Amino acid sequence: MTEHGTASAVAHQFDDLEQQREAGSLGMWLFLITEIMFFGGMFTAYAVYRYAYYNAFIEGSSHLNVPLGAANTVVLIVSSLTMALAVHAAQRGKKKAMVAWLALTIVLGGAFLGVKVVEYKDKYDHGLIPGALWNPKHEGGVAPPAEMQLFFSLYFAMTGMHALHMVIGIGIMLALMRMALRGRFSPEYYAPVEVSGLYWHFVDIVWIFLFPLLYLIGLHVVKGHG
Amino acid sequence: MNAHAEHAGHHVVPVSTYLIIFAALIAGTLLTVGAAYYDIDFQVLGYTVPLNTTVALLIAGTKAALVVLFFMHVKYSSRLIWVFAAAGFLWLIILFTLTLADYQSRAW
Repeated sequence: MTEHGTASAVAHQFDDLEQQREAGSLGMWLFLITEIMFFGGMFTAYAVYRYAYYNAFIEGSSHLNVPLGAANTVVLIVSSLTMALAVHAAQRGKKKAMVAWLALTIVLGGAFLGVKVVEYKDKYDHGLIPGALWNPKHEGGVAPPAEMQLFFSLYFAMTGMHALHMVIGIGIMLALMRMALRGRFSPEYYAPVEVSGLYWHFVDIVWIFLFPLLYLIGLHVVKGHG
Repeated sequence: MNAHAEHAGHHVVPVSTYLIIFAALIAGTLLTVGAAYYDIDFQVLGYTVPLNTTVALLIAGTKAALVVLFFMHVKYSSRLIWVFAAAGFLWLIILFTLTLADYQSRAW
């Protein structure tokens, strides 16, 4: 079988390719478990404060742009598809297709981040950054509840951390593209693509939960009793 | 399925499977946005149980499960990987359960 740039696809400490592949996946899953608990902590904080200050959370959520959030959700789902197709291409040894799918994944990730920039700027313009810059518009002469800052603290912390993970993910994709263009992958050895895919899908899953919990709360309340 | 790509039993998922899962994820997104605008209440024994959050989390959980099983290949992986993936979510459930049990049983 043809090898590209490496003496053997199997590192010396492994019995065979399958064991090496499994070890790599387990390693990434172990890391993802720590990430689940990391984001889980923030989701727990969200749950606690939302339970305590439900109305402030609904009001905070009403300031978020649902179409933009939904569009971003679709963008990430498409990027997960393109990532899965990149892994698929790697499994079949199709270098050009793999590079193309990776490039598309990067573009979609970039689009997601671009929308986040637009959203963050909008929050800044409306004085919705908690702390010293907190200066929201008074609706009907009444100031929004101070607890609404808790919602936005969590909004920025959770989507900010998520965005940071996206940036890192894009960096990883770029590295993968470089490796792919240099012919480092083959149907026997494509483990880096597979485990990077696991990371990217995980970041997508985090957003799948972030979107309804941040953007869609209280929509039925506001509409029903508005 | 391509025989040459099946090394040591590693399964190549067909593109058609990915596309079906993708369609399901998009449908789930549309569903969760649409459902958010309606009062979803469950009437039982004279009580009204608000279900919007539950429905939203169920939809999100289903989408996440589809991503984990198919995009992350867990459905086609060994039991050991399945255990690792499940363990992560198990400990997350413990985190939620114990924390919320604490806060929601307080009078203050």
